[in-house]
Amino acid sequence: MENELRRLKKTAVQVRRDIIEATTHGQGGGIHVGPALSATDIVTALYFKIMQVRPEEPWWEERDRFIISKGHAYAVLYAALAEKGFFPREELLTMRAINSRLQGHPAYHKAPGVDMTSGSLGNGLSCGLGIAMAMKKQGIAHKKVYVMLGDGECQEGMVWEAAMAAPAKGIDNLVAIVDHNHYQSCGCLDEIVPLYPLDEKWKSFGWHVMEVNGHNMNDIVNKLTIAREFSGKPVCIIAHTVKGKGISFMEHNNAWHNGTCSEEQYAAAMKELDEQEAAIEAGMM
Amino acid sequence: MAVLTNKQESIEMRKVYCETMMEMAETDNRVVALDCDLVSPIGMSDFRKKYPARMINCGIMEGNMAGVAAGMSARGCIPFTHTFSCFQSRKCVDQLFLSAGFADLNVKLVGSDPGILALYNGASHMGLEDMGILRNIPSMILVEPSDAVMLRAVLKQVKDTHGLHYIRMNRKNAAAIYDEATKFEIGKGLVLKEGRDVTLIASGMMVELTLKAARLLEAENISAKVIDMFTWKPLDEELVLKSAKETGAIVTVENHRTETGLGMAVANVLTENKAVPLGRIGIGNVYGEVGVLPYLLERFHMTPEDIAQKAKETIKRK
Repeated sequence: MENELRRLKKTAVQVRRDIIEATTHGQGGGIHVGPALSATDIVTALYFKIMQVRPEEPWWEERDRFIISKGHAYAVLYAALAEKGFFPREELLTMRAINSRLQGHPAYHKAPGVDMTSGSLGNGLSCGLGIAMAMKKQGIAHKKVYVMLGDGECQEGMVWEAAMAAPAKGIDNLVAIVDHNHYQSCGCLDEIVPLYPLDEKWKSFGWHVMEVNGHNMNDIVNKLTIAREFSGKPVCIIAHTVKGKGISFMEHNNAWHNGTCSEEQYAAAMKELDEQEAAIEAGMM
Repeated sequence: MAVLTNKQESIEMRKVYCETMMEMAETDNRVVALDCDLVSPIGMSDFRKKYPARMINCGIMEGNMAGVAAGMSARGCIPFTHTFSCFQSRKCVDQLFLSAGFADLNVKLVGSDPGILALYNGASHMGLEDMGILRNIPSMILVEPSDAVMLRAVLKQVKDTHGLHYIRMNRKNAAAIYDEATKFEIGKGLVLKEGRDVTLIASGMMVELTLKAARLLEAENISAKVIDMFTWKPLDEELVLKSAKETGAIVTVENHRTETGLGMAVANVLTENKAVPLGRIGIGNVYGEVGVLPYLLERFHMTPEDIAQKAKETIKRK
């Protein structure tokens, strides 16, 4: 397990490198860095530990599904898919570029491994619910649908329509993960429209709720494993995360909601990631 | 006839939007601004600083914002709501139809990044059909200002006219078209240039490109009349029919789907009265794409050259 955790943590570092590389040297210019970095550890755990997918057969019918409903975090999805082998890492530099398969927001079937279109906030959980219902009917209910929502996104009414409907339809192959980084585009969630008590809300809608430290790989793997094995209710994981996580000058700094790195910032960010990798190797992280 | 400016400049539309909103808020305490977490992208930070109680960030809840605006209007406020054009239409149509339109309330909508101006955000964020969706609401008035001078005038008229208005707005730089002396009246198209052979009818960012197309045509001895049809609904039918009679051919030019947009509105008027050959520049039955503006204009055949070519083809059908 220790080796495996080390492998996952190192993969997360690599995913972060990919994101920084794309926002600095990508053909498509600046990307939504902060919201991708807060989700990186969870998305890494999903693709490299929890979900069963086949990069060589991206549309394998019996795969687990992942929907990044906070579609503006496309960069973490694209980077994880590339690292998993769905397409070459070099293609990440075409993110948001003209004619790229890696569209401005994720587009279903455009790039291998993108399980649903997103970009209009609030839509993804309903789509995940539909996939989960169909999978039950089709006899592949042992596979799960994971939907990552932004915490700001939970302001959208449609999130709560899906949240109300899933338990009512007896769905237990659906996992909602809320990337709770406390920021939305224009500022701090708590100052715009707070969500509290977020856990009680999901509970009262009939979900099994867990909380996780969204940057502790051990905790993430444990909670996602419970979610994967859980039956009888849909599961909501509230992930406490940091916007911009992993790059010190981006952390808790909403200016990095969307941005591009200068060469100096790029070098500083890559140095931090190298140091993180060394610390992981040394068992210090 | 419109008075065109000689200034070769482009002005950031969101700056003008914020300035005008502040000016209106100063003189009319009924004015409130509502947004769905795009306060800074629409350039309203200064407004928020000056009038914190009158700038409501509703959170990421477009449908809710539409209902809240209707409610505030029912208590005498004049709410101006903003979000991207794609969300202002696709995510709010039922609430706007019932609570604002059918209830005959005084609600103003601003939709930014219209059509291909969403650029890198790509297809999910391109409101290529916002006007088409919203035109289905019977009392909806649809305007698309083409420059800063017009935007300022339109905002003030909209504020002072009871009803449901949608302002489709480029939030970034737009070329200066009009001199301050120009008078604008919602519902009346503006003739920017007279001509004999064809009439080009455009709005928004396409006006600048259409004026360029008219110059290209002039170099080939084709005389094009140019109209800025900034009000799509109610359409200036009289001007369309008069121009059809004068020039015998019409080309519509829009940053929107032609099937439900300006092209359709003009086609309706022509076919119900006296049809002349009609060509349409705009988006067809496709979704948007990621790209920079010059690329997108080429990709969707919306360049001045495309407009001039369409004009020539349409004239041939006379």
